[in-house]
Amino acid sequence: MNALWAVTLATLVKDIRLEWRSKDALNSMLFFSLLVVVIFVFSFDPLAEESRHIVGGLVWVAFLFAAVVALNQTWARELRNQVLDAYRVSPAPANALFLAKALGNFIFVSVLEALMTPLFVIFYNLRVLGPAWQLIPIAVLGTWALVVNGTFFAAMSLRTRSREIMLPLLLFPISIPAVLGMVAGTTAILTGEDSAHFYIVLLLTYDVVFTTACLTLFGMILHAE
Amino acid sequence: MKRLFPILSVITAILLAYALYAALVVAPTERTMGDVQRIFYYHVPSAWTAFLLFFINFIASIQYLVSRKASAKTAAKWIVLAIGAVGTIACFLPRVQQLFPAGMRPSAVATTVLLIPIFYFLIGWLFPEEKLDVLAVTTAEVGVVFCTIVLVTGPLWARPVWGIWWAVGDLRLTSTLVLWLIYVSYLVLRGFSNSAQTQMLAAALAVFGALDVPLVFLSIWFFRTQHPSPVIGGGGSLDPRMGQVLLINWLAFSCFAFLVCWSRFRLELLHREVEEAHAMESLAGAGVAAKASLPLGRSSR
Amino acid sequence: MPIPDSERVGILPLIVTDTPGSTITVNNVIKQFGRFAALRGVTAEFDAGRFHAILGENGAGKTTLLRALAGLAQPTRGEISIFGRSPQEACRDIGYMAHPSLLYDEMSGMENLRYFGSLYGIVGDARCEEVIRAVGLDPELTRAVGQYSQGMRQRMSLARAILHDPRVLLLDEPFSNVDVHSARAMVGLLKGMRDAGKTVFVITHQALLLEGVADEFVWMQAGEIVDRTASLARSASSAEGIQ
Repeated sequence: MNALWAVTLATLVKDIRLEWRSKDALNSMLFFSLLVVVIFVFSFDPLAEESRHIVGGLVWVAFLFAAVVALNQTWARELRNQVLDAYRVSPAPANALFLAKALGNFIFVSVLEALMTPLFVIFYNLRVLGPAWQLIPIAVLGTWALVVNGTFFAAMSLRTRSREIMLPLLLFPISIPAVLGMVAGTTAILTGEDSAHFYIVLLLTYDVVFTTACLTLFGMILHAE
Repeated sequence: MKRLFPILSVITAILLAYALYAALVVAPTERTMGDVQRIFYYHVPSAWTAFLLFFINFIASIQYLVSRKASAKTAAKWIVLAIGAVGTIACFLPRVQQLFPAGMRPSAVATTVLLIPIFYFLIGWLFPEEKLDVLAVTTAEVGVVFCTIVLVTGPLWARPVWGIWWAVGDLRLTSTLVLWLIYVSYLVLRGFSNSAQTQMLAAALAVFGALDVPLVFLSIWFFRTQHPSPVIGGGGSLDPRMGQVLLINWLAFSCFAFLVCWSRFRLELLHREVEEAHAMESLAGAGVAAKASLPLGRSSR
Repeated sequence: MPIPDSERVGILPLIVTDTPGSTITVNNVIKQFGRFAALRGVTAEFDAGRFHAILGENGAGKTTLLRALAGLAQPTRGEISIFGRSPQEACRDIGYMAHPSLLYDEMSGMENLRYFGSLYGIVGDARCEEVIRAVGLDPELTRAVGQYSQGMRQRMSLARAILHDPRVLLLDEPFSNVDVHSARAMVGLLKGMRDAGKTVFVITHQALLLEGVADEFVWMQAGEIVDRTASLARSASSAEGIQ
């Protein structure tokens, strides 16, 4: 167990350091998310009252696109110079690599979301009518739901041709209940018409189920050729 | 086995023809929906067949995943037994029964739960390790075809009856669509994989898909309670003649699906045999090529 | 003379040694990639504590054999045993150096080794510095590995492979694009490791570098081991097969 966390931490620190040095993904992703928000603003220009009903969907679809682009870069670094092989020949637990990557992606996508959310609020003149604090568990659980499966399927798509396009093809169908939970939950809070409790429980269940599944099966995926 | 195939083909053809006749002529016309309702005799059996095939795919995938490790295999065996036993008993507890939606009979749920261990052991017994993956490909492909029929006939029926092609809030249509999406992505993965362990990746995805289905069902079920959706024409009592026609159609479709699966299974086996023979050829060199190319020789005979 | 098919693919009797845990055995290993077979039934036994040079043309299956020994490629058929264990179980005893560097280009050598050390539970800089000095580099170098010369990168890659003091070294073309001086230094280092009891496998196209150093030359052709000789000079009859 100790080895697991030691390697997880080492890998996470290594990834953050590498990202900080090159800033490849970070810069391009920040700009990409800004563009996504602007495009959405031009495409949908609703009244304040309507916007509460549709912004939940808009925000999460924007996050989803940003997350997929970010997730696709997760393993790119490990493929350069075939560094992944160095991990595969080592005795380090496979799940440590998975957890580190998933946590790294979680931080990364959260940063993007934190940047995009205020833009959405400004452009759409949003005012929350429901209990706003409940947006936090929805955001955290929803982001983890996207990221945990996204990291897994990104690793799976390493073993396919045209892997960039494979990730959304694998991720989106599985993510549908999570997306429904995030969107409906956010809308419920924004409009203040319904309770979002069920959606929080749904997202929590989704996260627990798929985190377990990912941790159970990741070893096989990593050691597949 | 070889002789059984043409016999079964003839039986299936007769069954399908009679089922069509029964659906169009024998079954009474539904009072409010009219003749449009007859599409149900194709829609519902296709759905049942597709779900059954996806269920077999899931079981085969699980079996394939655990077959690589003896300890996992033993653990899976006991887990499946436990699920069967606990699930069946739980269905008859009053507290659990309260959770069932109205109109769902505990005995029906218990039978469904019991099918899990039965299918698990049956498939494990009938199909050795390398054939499990062949079974998984077969059921996924044929399942997607039947699922497509469901998704096409559903809106065809909905348009005149509901006035709309599709209702997002409808539990059955939407979860079927998600299931279809999952299995299409499963087939895409198989097609695009360049791994030596495609079977394993596909099996892992099938497990993810199976875990997803209850969550899809749950989320749409709750979503629907908040969003009004059209009421489905069912609910009332079914004319006994309608029930009989549905049963005949179900039988015909099951036979047809079985036949298609059988052919596809054999085709896939032959395909792998050819691949193997080619590999053996490259292993052995040109000198013994004739000996290695078994399936080709067989087909020319 | 061609070997009959049945004998070639069939299971050859394994020579049982007195101490099964002291050798590396490859038993009738076949590795297929789709319709192509990279290894076509390799059976061999390698003694521990010796220096094995693997030679052969491109596409002879050298790299695949090495990856199978490292546990990176699962044999389609056949078994591999490293001191009586599977390659995955024996991963602590294996040091693997591939054709690509297996290093992060954006980090310095020391940072790379620190990270890879953590995968093996190595804490602290002492071991990393020791290994970097052993391959003739400077641990204080802050330049990113991506800016190293090819020779330096190869040496850093070797440092990564020997970081956890493995008993078996699997090196894929360690001397390619390395100047003669550095190559000789690396050979000297490997010779020293062999003398310290390690088992060394080296794939190389520069066989002359290893003359007098390697204990054995393993000749591969078209996915098979065709000859094993003690010196670079092969007997006339077996060399004919390769021409």
